[in-house]
Amino acid sequence: MALAQQKPKLARKPKLAVWKFSSCDGCQLSLLDCEDALLTVAGAVEISNFPEASREVGKGPYDISLVEGSITTPHDAERVHDVRRQSKYLVTIGACATAGGIQALRNFASVKDFASRVYARPEVLSVLGKSTAISDHVAVDFELHGCPVSKHQLIEVLRAFLQDARPDIPSYSVCMECKRRGSVCVMVARGMACLGPVTHAGCGALCPSYHRGCFACFGPAETANTAALARHLAATGVAADDLLRAFRTYHAAAEPFRRESENHER
Amino acid sequence: MSANRTLSVPYLARVEGEGAMHVRIKDGRVENVEVRIFEPPRFFEAFLRGRMFLEAPDITARICGICPVAYQMSAVHALEAALGIQVDGPLRDLRRLLYCGEWIESHALHVYMLHAPDFLGYPSVVHMAADHPQLVNDALALKRTGNQIMTVVGGREIHPINVKVGGFYHTPTKAELDTLVAPLERALETAVATARFAATLTFPELTLHHELIALRHPDDYPMNEGRLVSDRGLDISAQQYQEHFAEEHAAHSNALHSHHKGTETYLVGPLARMALNRDRLTPLARRTADEIGLETPCRNPFRSNLVRAVELVLACEEALRLIRGYREPREAAVAVAARKGIGWAMTEAPRGMLYHRYCLDDHGLIEDANIVPPTSQNLRAMEADLRAFVTAHLHLDDAELTLRCEQAIRNYDPCISCATHFLKLDVARS
Repeated sequence: MALAQQKPKLARKPKLAVWKFSSCDGCQLSLLDCEDALLTVAGAVEISNFPEASREVGKGPYDISLVEGSITTPHDAERVHDVRRQSKYLVTIGACATAGGIQALRNFASVKDFASRVYARPEVLSVLGKSTAISDHVAVDFELHGCPVSKHQLIEVLRAFLQDARPDIPSYSVCMECKRRGSVCVMVARGMACLGPVTHAGCGALCPSYHRGCFACFGPAETANTAALARHLAATGVAADDLLRAFRTYHAAAEPFRRESENHER
Repeated sequence: MSANRTLSVPYLARVEGEGAMHVRIKDGRVENVEVRIFEPPRFFEAFLRGRMFLEAPDITARICGICPVAYQMSAVHALEAALGIQVDGPLRDLRRLLYCGEWIESHALHVYMLHAPDFLGYPSVVHMAADHPQLVNDALALKRTGNQIMTVVGGREIHPINVKVGGFYHTPTKAELDTLVAPLERALETAVATARFAATLTFPELTLHHELIALRHPDDYPMNEGRLVSDRGLDISAQQYQEHFAEEHAAHSNALHSHHKGTETYLVGPLARMALNRDRLTPLARRTADEIGLETPCRNPFRSNLVRAVELVLACEEALRLIRGYREPREAAVAVAARKGIGWAMTEAPRGMLYHRYCLDDHGLIEDANIVPPTSQNLRAMEADLRAFVTAHLHLDDAELTLRCEQAIRNYDPCISCATHFLKLDVARS
């Protein structure tokens, strides 16, 4: 395992911190899901702050901060600056931290829509009207895509930052992974709607291998031509409402998807 | 010891999500106990409105990265009820197998990584690994086996992609499932060892008096199906749930508290499930429960780890049985047509009963959704336990008492991300 082989340059182990904002906890669970690699990680770094795993809270500054979740409260909008100040490298993990997550669906709702959904004591809630990515608030050193992130990519990112290297995380589309895997194209062969052509790689083209069109849980690829895909899907009979929802789910606030979904609003 | 004390944990560790604990003792009496949930609300029920029914299993999975299968299972069963279809045979078995995977993963995580460090005196599993490598290896092996099941059946361990209203997108071959047999056989042995290990721990004394509520099925230990029953005579279908239960909003919490009308506090989760379904245990799980001296009903929440360990044995045994009896289905899913309807379902998430209700319009769009997760049902019981425990242990110093209180909260394996999914209003606009 590459992590174990790395020669420590520092007298002390690099300090790792894991932070949570608005999220489902799945991306930080990916770290615990690394299982065998978890102990290797624990050997290569000092896990200094990881409340989901440990009661012990180590003081900053931290060499690497992994940040999960989006900013949805005034308090969190402040707290993320503290995290940045204490972190040499700040890496966002997952769709929430990288693009605002599924909870960014609120960004498209009007106050009027919410007015009918009043719950018992709204005055005690303190939440922002929009769910935003970490990079909207502070500088981010690397953004790892995925809802959830791939644990293999998570380990690769840690390896790279520990070795002061650039993470080997391709930014091309799911189509590349599908071809490499040898999967038959579900759009061509089965006529299924698939967002693979505009979706960031990283899952290993999972859905097409399960006979399902990609639903873009890794967010937009670096050069996503959403308009061309939408035109193609519309020509095959996908309705405007369905296109709108397809682009407005797990990465609703990611710029290419936000713009494309708005093209299909009625 | 001062008669006036405040115990405060501003950020609870080794739980899923963001919560705090606050206990105030005045004149030697517990004046106030609060489990404060500050995890921000995410408004799932609001944005499920207007989504197509087929999207619900994947969207609701995002409520919780620790128990996504539970959300997918409650969602598909409720939607299938609304659409008037029934999923049987190998597809039903595959769903139970997938749930076994999540129970194994989630229980192994809790027993070893979140809860055991309290009993053995470590801040985390990583610290524990130095002195107890075998335990940690067992934990990782069990967790990995649960994750393998979810990967083979569901496509991946967190937010599986293969669950569909009507069945699955693609069903595994017999040969693919057979790859799970060897790891599961080892996991079964490890699970029995886990129960034996859990039985060696020392448990603080506490007897809870909550109403115990869980699903009950005519044949199986409950996962996907059953009526909701209790030790006080409750016996209802999913459709009747909202007549019997209500949710209220406490000012200190971003999670609604659920209560059973007419009773003080109730409890869902492993303790309740075992108390009401011990006769439904698989053979080795039953023998293991007897061997480690698990009482019926077990009413000490600190002993919930014993119950989780027995459920680990059960889930491994069930998974093996389901794999050995698997016949590849002809179709991966039952055909589903959109129609207007209302559907309800309850399933047993690792942490307890998870309720979903959906109203669909003629086109299959969701008009209304209601989701009640186990942790919001347990919040009142959790606070009651803290009150009872602190009252009985006022002689402990602040540090010790605080640690024990945290442990009392971790007894519930609370999933705070789940509990705050649903607040429906968003007001403070920036």
